[in-house]
Amino acid sequence: MPVARQGRCVIIARGLGRVTGADRAPHEEYYVTDNWAFIAIFTIIAMTIPLLGFLMSWALRPKRPGDIKLSTYECGLETVGETWVQFKVQYYIFALIFVLFDVETVFLYPWAVAYNQLPLFALVEMFVFLSILAVGLAYAWRKGALEWV
Amino acid sequence: MIEQIFLQSIFSRPWVTERLAHLVPEASLGFAVEVTMSVLKATLIILIIQIGMLWGTWLERKFIGRIQDRLGPNRVGVFGLGQPIADMVKILTKEDTTPTAAHRWVYNLGSLLIVPPAILGFAVVALDQGLIATDLSVGFLFFIAIASTSVVPIFMAGWGSRNKYALLGAMRAVAQIVSYEIPQVLSVVGVLLLAGTLSMQGLAYAQGPLGLDGGSPAFPGVWFIFIQPIAFVIFVLATTAEIERTPFDVPEAESEIIAGYHTEYSGIKFGMFYLALYFATISSAAVASVLFLGGWQPPIPTELVNWLANRAGEDAGELRASLGSLGWLWMSLKTLFMVLIFMWFRGTLPRLRADQLMAFSWKVLVPISLINLLAAGLVGKLVYTRTPIVVFGAFAITNVILLAALFWLIGWWSQRRSAQQIRFDQPAPVAPMSAESA
Repeated sequence: MPVARQGRCVIIARGLGRVTGADRAPHEEYYVTDNWAFIAIFTIIAMTIPLLGFLMSWALRPKRPGDIKLSTYECGLETVGETWVQFKVQYYIFALIFVLFDVETVFLYPWAVAYNQLPLFALVEMFVFLSILAVGLAYAWRKGALEWV
Repeated sequence: MIEQIFLQSIFSRPWVTERLAHLVPEASLGFAVEVTMSVLKATLIILIIQIGMLWGTWLERKFIGRIQDRLGPNRVGVFGLGQPIADMVKILTKEDTTPTAAHRWVYNLGSLLIVPPAILGFAVVALDQGLIATDLSVGFLFFIAIASTSVVPIFMAGWGSRNKYALLGAMRAVAQIVSYEIPQVLSVVGVLLLAGTLSMQGLAYAQGPLGLDGGSPAFPGVWFIFIQPIAFVIFVLATTAEIERTPFDVPEAESEIIAGYHTEYSGIKFGMFYLALYFATISSAAVASVLFLGGWQPPIPTELVNWLANRAGEDAGELRASLGSLGWLWMSLKTLFMVLIFMWFRGTLPRLRADQLMAFSWKVLVPISLINLLAAGLVGKLVYTRTPIVVFGAFAITNVILLAALFWLIGWWSQRRSAQQIRFDQPAPVAPMSAESA
């Protein structure tokens, strides 16, 4: 089957085309040529760029290590105490709010792509969804979770 | 034309198939062709962006030099054009050290893994009609997802260095990248819902004047910068923060935390962070120009092209084809424009404080992009499938109302704020000194 040989996810593309039907703009059905094999190969080649740089540098650079040179840099002072300490909780609160909003956008993107085909009710629904999140943001703001201390 | 050379040589399946036919057995020919073409495309992209990155550093130094009334690099070669080569030689021949305290694996992997996320974004950048490495149906989502994985190598670098400044820098960088990802993705939803697609080619086609295969343009047919200007500003600001360029380079604020998460890196390992920064700058500029500036679309209004096509009658297809023939040039110019905007920021704006930075994302950009999204959703339903001029008009009115409300809010807020704060422009209230106390 020539389609499978080309490594393209044409099946997924056709599936999408069928779901949304005739309302779909012509370019979308035509241009869904997902080629994830390329992404895999591109990732490997992208990895070789820093490796190549390291290799060239390893061949060219001088290697003269010393105790002082390899000590931790703190503007000339000796470092005191352990670096890997417990960190303040503020970062994790930001991370929690981030996760909340990131999941929101995961729901928003499919909605945005299907927006043209959806009825007006879907728009209202999304407004309700967004306002719930806005209330969440307002609550976090009010509680001082957004203060960087 | 350049794109013809690409399309007819290494970007064409028949050319590769012909050359592989007598090297590879028939059964695995399809697979071999696919892999070879991917490797060729990937290598070509990396070569192009490598050149773009090297002379991007030159351009940035020259441009900022001019902004600050300096000459910029002018010693190596004509106009200092040889400077990037000299810098490369310097960075390759510089000793790189690994601190004894550092966690060797995490430390080295950090500088290795910072580069691929910056490069991978180029896989979905539409350079011209049909000239795209791979037109994923989730193209923009892929770009965002890949770009945000850069927090992992950044944290690895900061934690692996076992340096207090590096750890602080990494913590700040992660908090910043994570926070600015929200306005970045939220601001674009307005664009995506009007275009109805996440594919980068689809987004370029949606902005007119050229449609697929010489046909009439898709909805809305206007560059998104004209109908979603607020989203454009938010996207550019959030992207600047995402790639940690000035004024959002708090993680690297040299006056506070030396060089942030790459304090301990030197030589080629530092070079990788530098490389990643410029790759990310160029890819973000390219994505911003596809999203908002029409990508490879020529800078001609859709209505004008439609009118011309109607007049041309049977030659309409030919007209559209000739208009689309310089797509790669428009795309390059738009990308250069966006890169220069990022550099202009760097030459002009002072750095934000860490707490201001986080507040700016959560308290300013996120609410504005949510409101902008709601407005785009409402107005989009009203003007769907109308002509570009109607869409532009409706959104122009919406944006004027939104901006007026926004400026009123900013004015109200800053007035309230200044009432609460100490006035530095007035003499401080000092208790009157009496003769007895003196």
